[in-house]
Formats: sequence, C-alpha cells, structure tokens
Amino acid sequence: MPYDALIIGAGLSGLSAGIRLAYYEKSVCILERHTTIGGLNSFYRLRNRNYDVGLHAVTNYAVRGTKHGPLPKLLRQLRMDWDDFRLLPQCGSAIDFPGCRLHFSNDFAEFRQQIIEAFPVQADGFHRFVQAVNDYDDMSLVPPPRSARMVLAEYLSDPMLIDMILCPLMFYGSATPHDMDFHQFVIMFKSIYYEGFGRPWEGVRHILKRLTKKYKSLGGELRLRGGVHKILLDGDRAVGVELDDGTQLEASTILSSAGSAETMRLCGEDRERNDAHPPGDISFMETLSPIEKQPAELGFPYTILFYSRTPEFHYNTPDEPLDLRSGIICSPNNFQYEKPLDEGMIRITALANPSFWINLSDDDYPHVKQEWTDKLLTAAQPLLPDYRSYVLDTDSFTPRTIRRFTGHLNGCVYGASQKSLAGDTPVRRLFLCGTDQGYLGIIGSMLSGITMANLHVLKGS
Amino acid sequence: MRPEQIRQVIVNILARIAPDEDLSQIRDDVPFREQMELDSMDFLDIVMELRKLYRIQIPEEDYFNLNTMDGTVNYLEPLLKNAGTPA
Repeated sequence: MPYDALIIGAGLSGLSAGIRLAYYEKSVCILERHTTIGGLNSFYRLRNRNYDVGLHAVTNYAVRGTKHGPLPKLLRQLRMDWDDFRLLPQCGSAIDFPGCRLHFSNDFAEFRQQIIEAFPVQADGFHRFVQAVNDYDDMSLVPPPRSARMVLAEYLSDPMLIDMILCPLMFYGSATPHDMDFHQFVIMFKSIYYEGFGRPWEGVRHILKRLTKKYKSLGGELRLRGGVHKILLDGDRAVGVELDDGTQLEASTILSSAGSAETMRLCGEDRERNDAHPPGDISFMETLSPIEKQPAELGFPYTILFYSRTPEFHYNTPDEPLDLRSGIICSPNNFQYEKPLDEGMIRITALANPSFWINLSDDDYPHVKQEWTDKLLTAAQPLLPDYRSYVLDTDSFTPRTIRRFTGHLNGCVYGASQKSLAGDTPVRRLFLCGTDQGYLGIIGSMLSGITMANLHVLKGS
Repeated sequence: MRPEQIRQVIVNILARIAPDEDLSQIRDDVPFREQMELDSMDFLDIVMELRKLYRIQIPEEDYFNLNTMDGTVNYLEPLLKNAGTPA
C-alpha cells in the first residue's frame, strides 16, 4: 500500500507535519538520513556534556494560557499542552552598537522606551512605524515583495537605529544579505520584540523528544538512517522515493524539508537546474564554551547580546572565513528557570563564508577551525566579562558541520532567499516545508510543517 | 443522535481544538469566531474531527453552515441521524 504521505527530514517542520497527518489517520513515514532527529535544530553529546545546535532561544514566547498568536496556534494544531514545551521566559537581551546599547525583554514597552530615550528625535517616527507593523497582514500566503529597509526609511532617519532594529531580526532569520523582505521582517519583528524569547530548561531536545513521542503515539513511522537518494516521478508527478539503501516507497504526497534546490536535485539534475530556487549562502560559525560559573555571576546577565562593532551592520557572506565585526553572544543560563542549569554556557556566533569552510581539506580543517575559534573569542571578548579562566571545554561548528548534518548545499541556515510560501514545486504532489517554505524561527518551522500538511494533504482529502 | 447530543459532540471537539477556552458560556446563536479565538485552521479541524469520528464528508462550500452552534447542529442532524451517541 502506498503511504498517504512521505516526509523528508525529521526536523521541527517534518515532525510537526507528521503529527498533523498521523492524528488524522493518514499513513505517514518521516525519512531522516541521520541517526538522530532535529536537522538544523538539534542536540549532541560530546565528552560527557550536552550541547544544543541551532536554537539559542525559542522566539514567539507566550505565557501559559495565552489564546492568540503563533505559539497557542501551534499547540492547538499539534494537540499539545503548554507543559509539552515548558518554555520559560528570558531574563533580558540587548543590541550593542558603538556608543549605544538598547535593552529589550518580552515586554515590548521596555524596548520602545529604550529607543525613545536613546533616539528622541526618532520617537514619533518609531510610533508610526510600529503602527504600520501592526496594520500589516502577515498571514497572507501571497504578499507583495517589499524591501524592509525602504519601509523603515519611510519612518526613521537615523541609519544606526535602523541597523540596530534589523540586527537581531536578520541574525535570527534572514536568508537574504543586507535587507529583508518586509513580510519576513514583520513576522520576525513580532516574534522577537513583541513576543520575545523563551527556552525549556533542557533545551531543544525537550521539544524534539515531545514531538517525536506524540508522532509515534499517533501511529506515525520514523525511519532514521533513511536518507532519500531520489524522488521517483511519473511524468511530472511525484509517486515515491528511493532510499540510500535502494528501498523504494510509494506515496500519494511528498513533503520535503530538504530545501528547494536540494529537493529538486533529488528529482534529477535537469529539475535542479531549471526549477529550483538557488540555495542561500548565509551561514554561521559558533563556538560553545561550558564554564564553571553561571554567566550572570560573572557579570553577563543577558540572554542574548547582538552586537556590531561598526555603526553600519554588515549582514552578508564575508570574504574572510568569518566576519569578526558583528555577532551574537548567547547564554542559555539566562532564562527564568526554577533551578539554574548545572553549568554555565557561553555561545558566540558570527557570519561565516560557506565556501571557505566547505572547501578546506580534511587535514587543514581542524587547525583552521581552532585558529578562527580563537579569533572569534578574542573579537567578542570586549563585550563580555573575562570568563576565560572558567572555561571547561570548547566546541565549534562551521558551515561545513551544518552541511554535513542538514544536507543544505552551502551549509545555509535560513535557506534560499526566495521562499515558496505556498510550498508548491513544479512537480505535482511534491511540496516544500521548513526553511525554504519560509516561516521563520522555531515556532515558525513547526507552523510551516503544519500549514503545508493542512493545505496539501488534509484539506480536500 | 439528537440535537443536544450533537451539540455535546461539537463542544467536545472545540475543547480539543481550543483547550484554553471557556466553553461553558457559549451562545448557540452567535458565531464561534465572535466568542473564541478560532481561525480557518481551526475550522478545518472541526471538519476533520467530524470526519475522523463519524466518517462524514463536509464539502468546503458547506463550511459556512458551521459558523454558529445552531447552524452546525442543524447541518449535522440529518448526517448524524443514525450515528451512535458519543461515549
């Protein structure tokens, strides 16, 4: 019997799509190449310590019982409970540019007040800009393309304030260099500045494990080490897949979280050339340092600190291996937990050049990675208390690591710059979910899977 | 099923879809949307839950009948005439 649906990739979007389909008694199998779930947002264990990859914080935070917004919508659709995610709110974050630091929390009024105090001349424009954000229809699947920078410039005249507002939104979701589409901007603006950050005490593994448990309890199948070698076509219609081990599976519908170019490549090289959106190349390097002390004790109280050492924020693929001018410092300790994490953790992230890292030889990679890890730590040091004597271990990942574990061609983190919000591909019964569909962030990626499952499998089935 | 039993089926479905809503005060003649946070995704779920429970198909052009409790019960009465009562 053919499956009602096959899903490529056991990340947040694929698992969420699977839950929707299994709940409504569709026969569904999720195919994951790796030995573990998660994709872009995953977790690992190294030298007896747990690490998260991807997720710094869940955006779109909402307090338990909230009825409106992306998180309540997500929980409803998954038939899951607030306890399943156990999100606890951040302690507070900041954006640091030369001579100016803006604090923000999960209460938008604080951010508004910070902007008014630091940029009094811009206050009126900022109020009007916020009104424009509120009036925008961000649920549309066919939004007209518009530059976020152009819209911002209609209301604000201080270029550094514009870059400061954009900095966290770009770092946390923009697949395009320098600018964002206004539609994506509005979604990110609300998810970060209105709703804010949260995290479960156990990190992303808690959410992934709950999703997997739910999916399996509904009868969904999950095949790890089940990499898709190609998508089988009958004319211009997808009819199944062939796995790396040669197994063939038939299905009425295929949802792919592999990425647009990566998915079309699975349909054959001609399809990739003609039909795919080119893969993005925004990617990052991150160093993760467990430390003996809680970062707040050492004088680092922030959940996330976004920084640029230049007044102009450069969001693009650097010519150098890393862009040391800007970055993100995250401490997963700085959330309002009931009990502190067992160890401190400092994560430092910066834009990286994917082709540099991917093209390094296997022999050179380890020492070049070490060299740039040191440069990144040195570059971020002025923004941090000196914690170096408390470091217990350090691990780093680069675009090369991301490519290995996600299959994204350039190790890109936010997918192709051109999104397919309706999930359509030129192949019938084959649809995209995940980063290249285009809902952003952790909650967005899960809503992406849900929306595509609803639209292309459940509705009218 | 009798109308009041159908009403209970709908209340149970709404409780699953929207567990954070207080359903004891629902007015049957007022659209659901005016009383609760329900969007088009949630309406799809009402239809899908009915299909899962009673194997009934509701075509998209009939969705407008489901805007209020009264409308939903009236629409479902002939379809669920011979269905067993909910557990």
